[in-house]
Amino acid sequence: METLTEPAVIDQMTPIPFKVQSVREELSHTFTLELEPPNGDFSFQPGQFTMLYAFGIGEVPISISSSATRETTLLQTIRRTGAVTHALGTLKSGDYVGIRGPYGRPWPMKEAKGRDLLIIGGGIGLAPLRPAIYHALENRADYERVVVLYGTRTPDDILFETELRRWGDRTDITTLITVDAADRGWYGAVGVVTRLIGRVGFDPLNTTAMVCGPEIMMTVTAERLMEGYAVAPENIYVTMERNMKCGIGVCGHCQFGSKFICTDGAVFSYKEVGHLFDIKGV
Amino acid sequence: MSEMYVSGQSGIGRLIQALAERGHRVIGPVVRNKALVYDEINGVEDLPKGWTDLQEPGRYRLEQRGDEKLFGYVVGSASWKQFLNPPETVLWSGTINPEGFMTDPAPEPPKYAFFGVRPCEVAALGVLDKVYATSNGLPSMAGYSAIREQAFIVAVNCVEPGGNCFCVSMDTGPTARGGHDIVITEIAHNGNMRYLIESGTAAGAEVLDGMANLEEPTKSEIEARDYFLTEAAAAMGRTLEVDGLPELLKGNARNPRWDSIADRCLACANCTMVCPTCFCNTVDDNLSLDGTHATRTRKWDSCFTLGFSYMHGRPMREGIGARYRQWITHKLATWVDQFEEMGCVGCGRCITWCPVGIDITQEAAAIRRADLRDTPIGIGGFV
Repeated sequence: METLTEPAVIDQMTPIPFKVQSVREELSHTFTLELEPPNGDFSFQPGQFTMLYAFGIGEVPISISSSATRETTLLQTIRRTGAVTHALGTLKSGDYVGIRGPYGRPWPMKEAKGRDLLIIGGGIGLAPLRPAIYHALENRADYERVVVLYGTRTPDDILFETELRRWGDRTDITTLITVDAADRGWYGAVGVVTRLIGRVGFDPLNTTAMVCGPEIMMTVTAERLMEGYAVAPENIYVTMERNMKCGIGVCGHCQFGSKFICTDGAVFSYKEVGHLFDIKGV
Repeated sequence: MSEMYVSGQSGIGRLIQALAERGHRVIGPVVRNKALVYDEINGVEDLPKGWTDLQEPGRYRLEQRGDEKLFGYVVGSASWKQFLNPPETVLWSGTINPEGFMTDPAPEPPKYAFFGVRPCEVAALGVLDKVYATSNGLPSMAGYSAIREQAFIVAVNCVEPGGNCFCVSMDTGPTARGGHDIVITEIAHNGNMRYLIESGTAAGAEVLDGMANLEEPTKSEIEARDYFLTEAAAAMGRTLEVDGLPELLKGNARNPRWDSIADRCLACANCTMVCPTCFCNTVDDNLSLDGTHATRTRKWDSCFTLGFSYMHGRPMREGIGARYRQWITHKLATWVDQFEEMGCVGCGRCITWCPVGIDITQEAAAIRRADLRDTPIGIGGFV
């Protein structure tokens, strides 16, 4: 027998055990696992994901929500939806999960240098954007305006609220939040996230948009940016989600037209995939 | 350089023996329960001598030929992928403990010789090799690669194509195009069964060099081989027009033909199971009752099942039309974008083993006849 505590990868389908340092409940169905890489080192780029394995239950693709440089542990923010995510939600500090990856194409942080960044998240879609936001803040001089627009269902569903508020207090980043349905205590914007676009300044011809949320939110946002502001589809990036069993392009599940979402994406420009959203059942 | 010999049926038996002596488990065509399957063979007597297969859409029958041919049939439902990527294979098993996971040792990969591989099937192995190639510098499918590297390939050229064959359209046969170690052509010559045996690789030449009693082929034997193979190329059961096919299919995502196929297709997944290149798989997890030992099992999966595209709460490809469209568009169009070749080799299995006889060549032709790319409904698509 060989121990995998020392990473001895047989092939890319063998998970490496990461120790759970902490489990943080974020929202009613959403939690963040803080994971310790076995040799203290785990490098990735903003927008990448891992295949996260709950021992004996199964594996799910989950975006990395930690900053690539700021945090030494790996953060994965997960919503309880199925058997595996529920099992991951029962873990306690000191338990182990299996990790494969990081996989996938990252957000175009390099390509966006010298441009305005329009970062638009919906619901838990803020999680894969968090590393991009931190990258922009840590390399602030690389970008012109940095704007974060966040939409979620209710004031109780605001992910990373403390951080959003903190960013909102800064002058080098614009942060706006909207909710679909407000309550008496809410003094902010109400409505879909696309309504926030008109409230911030950006140069449409020199903007890179990074959008993550439900598919319908991403298509509506991309169409609004293209039709309302003439942002070119090649400068609008979305991150796709599909059933995945491998993360390395061999299980076939995540195909989206000609693309394997796991290896060609999950980040795509709208020019690459926008036409596929119009067809039912791709 | 390729070496060519000729022998009678005894030479075929000696070749099987020579491969077994080199430590290969020799797998070849055998008849079981009135069907052609691939299984272990020990000698020429295990081969389906005198059998042929009649294939039509949704129909497969074995019949006696009334002659002594060893290779007078084409392919059954089984394909070689079952040995390289078995229908169920343990990916990983291990025990959890306070320090992490302990993996169980992986079994030794079997060393096979595949005997009687048809040219379309040799091509299919090449297609799978591309799909399961390394990524990020590590094997994507370690099990597949380990078995594939050790496998010895004895191809058999097709002198009698089957009713659902279209390898000429796909340029994969009826003569093997490479990728084999040895290739055999069976000819009836002057009333005798003769076997032209050629090496395709140095490993193949080495095996042939070590065999006694192989003869030099005569000029007329070589001519007979060429004649039969030329005749075979002209006798394909079907044709698939591949010219412009990727763009045609990608541009017809909204074609009503998909609904008509959905009316007939049972979404049974037979076509994907028998296809020698369909590679999709899923993973099943099992946990011991005490929760300490886990097994991850990779299993064949099919884009025709509802669960294939399931994502938090619903399938992405709910309709059968969308699933058939995904399958054929992948095989004949998007596969080219992904792997620079089509994912179909023209073996005809999907036509034969479809319970309702849906024919990939006919469906592609139907889309071509009703091409909607120049109409408003055709705007967009997968292009």
